[in-house]
Amino acid sequence: MTAQAWPTPRPPARLKGWRERSVLPGFPLALGVTLAWLGVIIVLPLTALALRPWELGPQGVWTTLTDPEVLAALRLSFGLSALAALLNAPLGLLIAWTLVRYEFPGRRVLDALVDLPFALPTAVAGIALTALYAPNGPLGTLAARVGIKTAYSPLGIFIALVFIGLPFVVRQVQPVLMEFDRELEEAAQTLGATPRQRFLSVMLPAIAPALISGVGLAFARAVGEYGSVIFIAGNLPFKSEIAPLLIVSKLEAFNYAGAAAIGLVMVVISFGALAAISAAQAVFARRSRP
Amino acid sequence: MSVRRDTASRRDVLAALAGAAAGAPLLLSAGEVRAQAQKPVRLLNVSYDPTRELYKDINAAYADYWKGRTGQQVIIEQSHGGSGAQARAVIDGLAADVVTLALAYDIDSIAQRAHLLPPTWQSRLPDSSTPYTSTIVFLVRKGNPWGIHGWTDILKPGITAVVPNPKTSGGARWAYLAAWGSALKAPGGNEAAARAYVTAFYKRVPVLDSGARGSTITFTQRGIGDVLVCWENEAHLALAEFGADKFEIVTPPISILAEPPVALLDKVVDRKGTRTVAQGYLNFLYSPLAQDLIGKNYYRPRNPQALAKYAARFPKIPMVTINDTFGGWTKAQATHFADGGVFDQIHKG
Repeated sequence: MTAQAWPTPRPPARLKGWRERSVLPGFPLALGVTLAWLGVIIVLPLTALALRPWELGPQGVWTTLTDPEVLAALRLSFGLSALAALLNAPLGLLIAWTLVRYEFPGRRVLDALVDLPFALPTAVAGIALTALYAPNGPLGTLAARVGIKTAYSPLGIFIALVFIGLPFVVRQVQPVLMEFDRELEEAAQTLGATPRQRFLSVMLPAIAPALISGVGLAFARAVGEYGSVIFIAGNLPFKSEIAPLLIVSKLEAFNYAGAAAIGLVMVVISFGALAAISAAQAVFARRSRP
Repeated sequence: MSVRRDTASRRDVLAALAGAAAGAPLLLSAGEVRAQAQKPVRLLNVSYDPTRELYKDINAAYADYWKGRTGQQVIIEQSHGGSGAQARAVIDGLAADVVTLALAYDIDSIAQRAHLLPPTWQSRLPDSSTPYTSTIVFLVRKGNPWGIHGWTDILKPGITAVVPNPKTSGGARWAYLAAWGSALKAPGGNEAAARAYVTAFYKRVPVLDSGARGSTITFTQRGIGDVLVCWENEAHLALAEFGADKFEIVTPPISILAEPPVALLDKVVDRKGTRTVAQGYLNFLYSPLAQDLIGKNYYRPRNPQALAKYAARFPKIPMVTINDTFGGWTKAQATHFADGGVFDQIHKG
């Protein structure tokens, strides 16, 4: 099967590598490199971000963040990202299921297609989606006929976020489905479980942690998405202006601290959401274990 | 927008610098002055969105001119993007020898924040360092079905207008100020009337792209809007590109004198040793040859002969100016485009 994009973390090998010779360098070196690398790549920029807004003073940061335009943009970004991630949960699960459980001509092609939103430069995705959903595009024309505005509206943003989020869910769920022990299902069947029960009580608990983490990743990615959204959004303040665009427009006005303040609050909310998701995941993982 | 910035050229410049650094000792040890004279010199011109076509022509002409005069080959790299984003890139370290931006405020910012050139930069070249001017016009669909001839026509019921976001686009700032000026100079016009007009105007805008070229695409390719309020040169380019059978240009009865300035970044050229060739480049923009190319590319030349040659393209209309009507860029920026300024208030109302 194709590579698993984000392997679910396995329990660590304790301190085994400490004593035994392993392929990779020993534990102290490995940990040292890990800490150094994460420090440089993640902690350092985040620290810089966290320090920057305060040159406005606490009052200035508060004024920036409570500006109605900023609040509207944050609501839009987080709200639509959550909705898109939630829509991707059942759809991603279904697609993963189809790709794992059935053998049919073209399956491998479909499987490869799932990764396309990862591989495509986001600007290209944005332009393609806009061309498709603009009032004169093939899908936009259809939608306009029934009176729905797609591109240049929040719905357009939603479409772009669904597009970029889908692979996260599929690629998280797929390996778990593949490894799922079908004998469990058969056992449940022999014990008289209905298909509904088999799905809800046997399969879902096993898949749930992966599904939740896929949804979490799709959400986190969508919140920060700029390239694909900017072309299709319309970018009207209070209507279709996403938070990352506000960051860019603050930068254009040389308001680096204001931009950092919005960035920081986005990081904090995203981090909270990811923490909540990983807590939910842990609960499910514990429950599904016999 | 930075999405469209030509980053390849920056990489080329770095590669060139690395190459030059590696090559320099060899040349010096050979001690051949002739070899040094023949080494191609590279300039980076950091410009705004719609000037791609203009500088393609000018750069080729200047390379010929410079080669003929000094025997030295000059390669001019271009970087294009939203004027504000380009200024920010320069402030953040993009080593531009010259900047050719949409408005003086952006070059003022470079002077003020990065001190790469003196604050008096604008008096160093003729015509306030603006070798050409332009203005803001309308592009409408063929036959002008809505009968849009002036600014107030845009407020007719049912009309939508496409214009970029003045927070991110230089051209959009000129367009906003042109709209403001039109209401201010209308009979009985005053600040309040101008504010009311601009507020009603932006209620007609369904899409705010981040740059001038983005808006052109939205209007011409995506079929959004009944009128595109844009640079004069951009309107002509859209006609040439997408067909005069689909669109037509309407010059409004009043607009704004847009003056996109150029400047040499002293600290950069002195570090790179490119002052002579960069200064020559900016002077060249005022030469009859370059002025002709400017007219050919639908910018209004300063040179009277070039302007006369292309006069048919450039209807004479009354124009407000940034200094007389708005008290200069610093004031206009603070009043209209800064956080919490008039443009922000429009959308809150």
